[in-house]
Amino acid sequence: MYEGAIQDLIDELGRLPGIGPKSAQRIAFHILSADPADVTRLAQALQRVKEQVRFCSVCFNVAEQEQCRICRDPRRTDEIICVVEEPKDVIAIERTGEFRGRYHVLGGAINPLEGIGPDNLRIRELMERLQAGTVKELILATDPNTEGEATATYLALMVKPMGLTVTRLASGLPVGGDLEYADEITLGRAFEGRRAV
Amino acid sequence: MPAFRNRLYRDDAVVLRNQKLGEADRIVTLLTRRHGRVRAVARGVRRTSSKFGARLEPFGHVDLQLVEGRSLHSISQAESIRLYGGRITGHYGRYTAASAIAETAERLTPIEHEPAQTLFQLTLGALRALAAGEHTPGLILDAYLLRAMGSAGWAPALTECAVCGEPGRYGAFSVPAGGCVCPHCRPAGSARPSPASLELMIALTNGDWKAADASETSTRREVSGLVAAHLQWHLERELRSLPLVDRAMEQA
Ligand SMILES: [Zn+2]
Ligand SMILES: [Zn+2]
Repeated sequence: MYEGAIQDLIDELGRLPGIGPKSAQRIAFHILSADPADVTRLAQALQRVKEQVRFCSVCFNVAEQEQCRICRDPRRTDEIICVVEEPKDVIAIERTGEFRGRYHVLGGAINPLEGIGPDNLRIRELMERLQAGTVKELILATDPNTEGEATATYLALMVKPMGLTVTRLASGLPVGGDLEYADEITLGRAFEGRRAV
Repeated sequence: MPAFRNRLYRDDAVVLRNQKLGEADRIVTLLTRRHGRVRAVARGVRRTSSKFGARLEPFGHVDLQLVEGRSLHSISQAESIRLYGGRITGHYGRYTAASAIAETAERLTPIEHEPAQTLFQLTLGALRALAAGEHTPGLILDAYLLRAMGSAGWAPALTECAVCGEPGRYGAFSVPAGGCVCPHCRPAGSARPSPASLELMIALTNGDWKAADASETSTRREVSGLVAAHLQWHLERELRSLPLVDRAMEQA
């Protein structure tokens, strides 16, 4: 245990995902010896992200305004919505350049073991978007793992009565992986080859 | 770092849970055949190039090579024996029932590495039955819960009084007393389930699927309530997955 400020910093860093006590200590001492201007920039970036970034009121992607950049873009079609788990999946799909529709970010996947059911995700908001009748195709791009597949199953069942085309990204995406780790080419191919469910 | 001998061992296991760790790893909770519950790290498993692929996804039956570590063990090799993945995740009722089975198995093995062979067999059997769509997911789940509680030594008394042990069929059921209770022992506030519900619980415990499959929806609903209440009474913390089990969409 260190004293005061340095231990406080180690404790705070240690609460971040993927950072163990050893890494927390290493980062804390790196910050301690870093150039003050660099540390100020880091502190400001941390503060700004909480002050300025919020969730898009339409798709729940991260946004700096009421609506995100993608929802505001008039050149994109309103007829296709691609459902993803997290904002980082939007970035991964945008990188492929294959998709010109809109997104819906669920905020995770259904995972009963973690106590996450349909009501804990933005599924009700998705249903409301679909009620308007503009959407013709819903692409389910949840992660190709157990929770992602089960979430896609649930959504397909929910929207079935609405009579729109529901598709799932083609296989070729390795099961068990995270969408964000798929390279653009594989992900792009999975998009082109999406199949109806 | 001190010299440390990393002992290798091999076992087959059911994957119960899968949690993200750091950038690309996962902590996998396993119920092994001979080594009880084991938590092990699978390195790089979330990268799309991972050699593990889908093999360490929840509910699969896998053959593993593990390496002992100081705190966590790690998985060095994984071969699939039977992956139930799509056959479970493609049906929402099956998925939520499988989640409740996995959570129960985890909670009934509080001490890591303590062998739990009966529970292993029950868990594997229940997941296999779910994947095969042999019965409705809700019935498979309740049969599993009743038998798993039996393996833990606290199955509800169904054919004798939970208090005095007098054999017989009794119409009152008390969760705190431990099951059916005779008129002499019956505590205040005991439930009065329908005779059909008690018969269904007996059928599920004994594996009498012909009787179980023929039961009414209302009977099944009452039984799942009693089984859940009995289970929660014995576990210190509530099961998170149990309220999320979808019994409405439970087509086999
Ligand atoms: Zn948006
Ligand atoms: Zn009695």
